[in-house]
Formats: sequence, structure tokens, C-alpha cells
Amino acid sequence: MPRTDDAFVKFSSVQKTYDGQTLVVKNLNLDIARGEFLTMLGPSGSGKTTTLMMLAGFEVPTHGTILLGGIPIDKMPPHKRDIGMVFQSYALFPHMTVEENLAFPLKVRNLARADIGTRIKRALDMVRLGAYGTRRPGQLSGGQQQRVALARALIFDPKLVLMDEPLGALDKQLREQMQLEIKHIHEGLDITVVYVTHDQGEALTMSDRIAVFNDGVIQQLAAPAELYERPQNAFVAQFIGENNRLQGRVVAMNGGTCKVEIAGAGNVEALAINVEAVGRPTVLSLRPERVKLNPTPGSLPNIFAAEVAEVIYLGDHVRARVSVCGRDDFVVKLPNSECVVQIEAGSAITIGWKTEDCRALDAL
Amino acid sequence: MSTTVVQIAGEPDTVPLRLKLQRIERRRKLKAVTLVLPLLLFILFAFVLPIGQMMFNAVHDSTLLTLMPRTTAALRAWDGKDLPDEVAYAALAGDLSQAWEQKTMGAIGKRMNYELPGTGSEFTSSAQKARTLSAGPYKAALIEISPLWARHDVWSLLKRGSSAYTAYYLLRSVDYQYGPDSQIVASPPDNSIFRMIFLRTLGISIAVTAATLLLGFPLAYLLATLPPKTSNLLMIMVVLPFWTSLLVRTTAWVVLLQQHGVVNDVLLALHLISQPAELIYNRVGTVLAMTHIQLPFTLLPIYSVMKTIPPIHVRAARSLGAGPFYAFWKVYFPQTLPGIAAGCLLTFILCLGYYITPALVGGPNDQMISYFVAHYTNEELNWGMASALGAILLTATLLLYYVFNKLVGVDRIKLG
Repeated sequence: MPRTDDAFVKFSSVQKTYDGQTLVVKNLNLDIARGEFLTMLGPSGSGKTTTLMMLAGFEVPTHGTILLGGIPIDKMPPHKRDIGMVFQSYALFPHMTVEENLAFPLKVRNLARADIGTRIKRALDMVRLGAYGTRRPGQLSGGQQQRVALARALIFDPKLVLMDEPLGALDKQLREQMQLEIKHIHEGLDITVVYVTHDQGEALTMSDRIAVFNDGVIQQLAAPAELYERPQNAFVAQFIGENNRLQGRVVAMNGGTCKVEIAGAGNVEALAINVEAVGRPTVLSLRPERVKLNPTPGSLPNIFAAEVAEVIYLGDHVRARVSVCGRDDFVVKLPNSECVVQIEAGSAITIGWKTEDCRALDAL
Repeated sequence: MSTTVVQIAGEPDTVPLRLKLQRIERRRKLKAVTLVLPLLLFILFAFVLPIGQMMFNAVHDSTLLTLMPRTTAALRAWDGKDLPDEVAYAALAGDLSQAWEQKTMGAIGKRMNYELPGTGSEFTSSAQKARTLSAGPYKAALIEISPLWARHDVWSLLKRGSSAYTAYYLLRSVDYQYGPDSQIVASPPDNSIFRMIFLRTLGISIAVTAATLLLGFPLAYLLATLPPKTSNLLMIMVVLPFWTSLLVRTTAWVVLLQQHGVVNDVLLALHLISQPAELIYNRVGTVLAMTHIQLPFTLLPIYSVMKTIPPIHVRAARSLGAGPFYAFWKVYFPQTLPGIAAGCLLTFILCLGYYITPALVGGPNDQMISYFVAHYTNEELNWGMASALGAILLTATLLLYYVFNKLVGVDRIKLG
């Protein structure tokens, strides 16, 4: 696990603009610890790839500094930074064999031939491609090519490895397998990984910490469980996992909790996470699996009458879309662990949830 | 529904599957052939047949065989050591009077002149005198009429004429010829120009190819890396020469480079030179004009290959520790080689056949092999020589293509 006391990579007040008008990255401050697996997660255009490219040295910050191991690297060209990088399109050199591709960073560093040979063998074994050394990238499948790209980025023992949506071009099954492989490789080697993706499942699977980017700003920086359980704003709640949103107005605040009025439905007790003051609009965030079906009256602070609009059977769970509090896109997830109450579309039910499962966030 | 399906599947199949497939395939093939046929016929009649005819003309010459049938027949038995016997002279007398009657002395004389200069006119006059001969013995009489018929090399030439096929033109094209005893000897120095001209053709082609590569590669790189808006404009300027007539462009160079042309005037005005420089009607002008014409041919294949190289490759190389030049040289440049090969091969082979440009902006020492092919075809009417030079140029080109294929591999060539 990361030791967060010393920042291995430090972004301080970094800004980036391409056209001189709009900032792609706005005042970024981020500390990455040695040995950490940090994921930058966000929709396309959120500034995550630009941040990565500034770290790699392919883009220059318009403002601010980036420190690597305590040294500013603004003036350092990419090839002197000693940072391994894996690209989405693999970027293997098509005119070289797998072995020549792997030897490339070693030859640049003038390593002895014997040393290069042993390192190549070790790297190929690490990604389980021992028999493919003499092939050309064009003769390998997408997954194999990505493994070679991974091995190539690691073979010169960089302390920092950047990955720019490396699994984006792979199919789902292969992607999940590679996620675990990358995670295990990170655990086995003493490296720091900065990983960029727009796939939240990928981010949750692999990361020590996730920085959720939107609109050039880090919305929340936290460990995966923290991010899912305790989103700090409506964007994060909606971007990570599934999320029911109820729009309302704060009518009372009471320490950590607040009372939110949903127009035409009544009041909801919720955790006051990101609300400004009484009378301000807010968005309530509620995970579908935390909603209880037909609770005993009085057992939960929030109980509402609802009507089932649609039921979808998904094997391991049943999804019910219900009309409640004036919305008809409210989703309830019912685990298929025991004989659940059979519900049918059109039937009237009640649903309820705990105060601590309902988070009052900023109104988007 | 299900019953219908079962019934269809249960029907006995009388036509084998393979036959059915063949029927369908045949129609498709027929369609394909119909589409290609016009082009195929065009290539056959406008390209394959003329070239075949040319290759044939290079080794085929039946002038002596058809115009002097008796002599060439009689000489088949001649051992070629001493002068031929009376029978051959009698045959010669017959052929001579026939040539006089049919007025073919000119053609025969011309053919003899190719190999033994000066014998043509002697032959014509002896044919005229031979009319008076009515009875033998002919040998002494003919030698009396003309010393030509006592010359061993003349008889050797006539004997070689007993075959319709001759290697003479090909030999001449590489500066060899037949000696008095039909042995192959080197041509006398004032006749041996062709090896030098082939080498000159090769040299100019290599120089032009190298010049277009040196000028074209950086430009192609710029075009491939610039944003589309700028690169499109530059691209139009590159292909502009394509839309201008070759003759116009070449003449423009004359205007620019001549003794009191634009370039010399500017250099004189700037006092960079005191005398007008010799820029045209020499090798400089030839290579300059040819390079200008050939530049797009070299550049475009390189450009289109460069467009296919993802910029991420160089970035990857940089991230792996390679400096800008190392990344370019080891990662980018090798991937442009198929384009370089295609562009250079295209330019080189086109250069080998240049005719108009060297004729207009070159001096007498800059004429390439095509000039001599045209010269023999149009002025000397010696189609044998023209064909032989053409055939050798074609063979040399194919040979170079073969070597190139062995070295680079034609399947690695990319035009885009």
C-alpha cells in the first residue's frame, strides 16, 4: 500500500490551455505517493489525458510546476524523464520483432548485450509470451500486443509507469483479465503507476486511489470504496456506479443530517454532505441496492409509496424501475439471494431507505 | 412452418454441391473477365506486341537472305578459310544481276555498310558492272570487276547473312562487332560509344533519383506532419508541375538558365559572378530540369507512406529513452523505407527513358540512350540498332528491378 507521506509526483497549480482561451486543466494540485496505483478517471475531454501527457513530457504546462522525485521536470525532455509509458494503440514498432521492441529502451541506455538478453527473457516470462520473441507485432493478437507494450514500458525498470487507456481496444473478457494482470504486476514490482481510463469498473478494480476528473478539475480523490460509498458531489455519485437522483430543496439542517423537501412528495432525511444552506436546491443521491422494498412502517425514516413501472430479470439480481416522488426513473436493485418478493409491473408498493444511505449533494 | 422446412431438407438432392458452386463461380468469373477484357486487349496490342516486335527486330535481319538468295545458299557449305569456290561466285553473279534488275542494290549496300563501312557503294558499282558477265568462270571475272570480291571479310559477312538471325545489332550496342573471320572483336574506338552512353544514362538517372530523394524527403515529412490546412496548400504546389506540359516546363528552364537568362542576370547583378555561368546545354541543366520534373514522383509515395505512420510511435520511442534524432532514425525512418523504395524506383526507371528534356536542355554529351533509339529510328532508319538498344535498355531495367526486388522486396513497396 502507498506510503502517502512523501510525494513522488507532485502537480502544483498546473494549468493547461491549447487555444489560449479555455483551460483544459484548471489549477491542478495532486500528490502521488511512491508505489501508488493512481487512476485518473473521467469522461473524454475532462483533462485526464492532458495531465498524463504533461507528466510524460509531451505537453508543456501553461502554468505551474510538476515535480518528479522532488525535482522540477518542466524543462526536462521526455526521453530524460525515465518514465515508462503504455499507449492505447500499443505503439509497438511494426518493423521490429517483439524482442527488438523490448531491446529498444535497453539499447538506448547502452546496456551490455548479455544483460539485454536476460532482461528480455524475464520480461517475456512476466507477460507469459516466452515463445513469441521472434514474431512481429502484426502477427500477435490485440491482447498479446498490449502485453508486449506493457513489458516494453517496464523492461528498463522505470520508477514511474504511465498508462493511457491501455485496455481500451480490447474486448470485455480480455480487458478484465488484463486488469488483474496489470494489478498483479504492480504489486510484484516496486513501481508507481498513473493510469488513465474512462471505465469506472477498471478504475475500481485496479487502483489504490482514484482521481475523478471533470471539466479540467479533480472532483474527488479517494480510494475506490470511499469513492463509491461516499461521493462528495453529484458528478462523482453519478459517474461512479449506478445512482438514483432526487431533486429537492433543503428545509432544515441538523448537524450532519438535513431535511430535504421533494416537491409534491414530502420530506426526506439525508446526510448533509454538500449542501450550502437552508432554502438552497440539492440533489439526493441514493444507490439502487440500498433501497428496501416494502419495509415495515416506521422501521425506516424515509418511506414512500411507489408504483412498479418495469421489472427486469438479470439473473443475479432483479432491477425494478419504479415511479416515486414524481420521478419514474428510480431504480431498485433486489438481490436474487433468497426468495424475493415477487413484484409485477403496475403493482403498488412502498420503498424506504436509511438516512445514512441518502446523501444530499450539490445541485448540478 | 416446421413441417415445410423438414420437407425441403428431406428432398433428394440431384445436383452435387460442388457443381452448384462451380455454376455460380463461373458466372462471377465471366463477369470479371468481361470487365477486364478491353484493357487486356489494349495492353496486348499497344504494349506487348510492339515490344515483342522490337525485341525480335533486335536479332532478326533477313535482308541478305532474301535479297541475295543464291549466294547465301551457296555459302552455307563454305568453310570460311580461303575465298569461296567458283560455285559461290556464280551464285553471286546471279544475285548481282537480279539486284540490278530489281533495284535492290541500295538496300543490300546499306546493310553491308553497317558492318563494313565503305562497301556499300563498291557493291552498287560492281552490281552494275556484273551485268556484262554472261558466262563463267566468274571468280576471276568478279575479282577483276571489284576488289571487294577478293576480301575475306566481305564473304564472311555474306555467309553470316545466310541466317535470318544476327547478333550484330546487340553486339554493336555493347561496342563489339564481327571481325574478318566472323569472330567477335571490340569495336574500333570511334565506333564504341554505346557502353559509355548506357553508363551515362545510368549515371544521370542515379543523380536525379538521389537529388529528388534529398529534396523530397524533408518536404514529404513536413507535408505529413503539418496540419491539413497548410499541408493541402503545399501539396497543390508540389503537384502543380503534374498539370503543366513537360515541354513547357523544360522550356521554362531554358528561359531561366540560358546565358542571358534570369538566373545569370541576377547573379551578375549581385556581382556574385563576373561572367555568365554555363548553366544550360550541359549536365547541370539536364539534372536540374529532370529533378524538377521527377520530384513529385519520388515525393508522393514517401508522403503517403509517412501519412500512415502513427505519430504515437515516435512518442513511444521518446518515452522509452530515445532522443529526438535516435527516435526518428530508428523508429520513424525505417517505416518510410517502403515509400522511399517505391518513389526512387519509379523515378529511376522513368529517368532511364528520358528523351525530350536532355534533348532540349542538355549538350551533346548529355544525350541518353533514348536519344540514340530515336536517332536510329527516325534519321538512320536502322531499326535493327534502335531495337537492339531498346531491348538492352529494357533488359537492364528488368535486371535492376530484379536486383531491387532481391534487396528490398517488391511486396514491401507501398504507394500509400
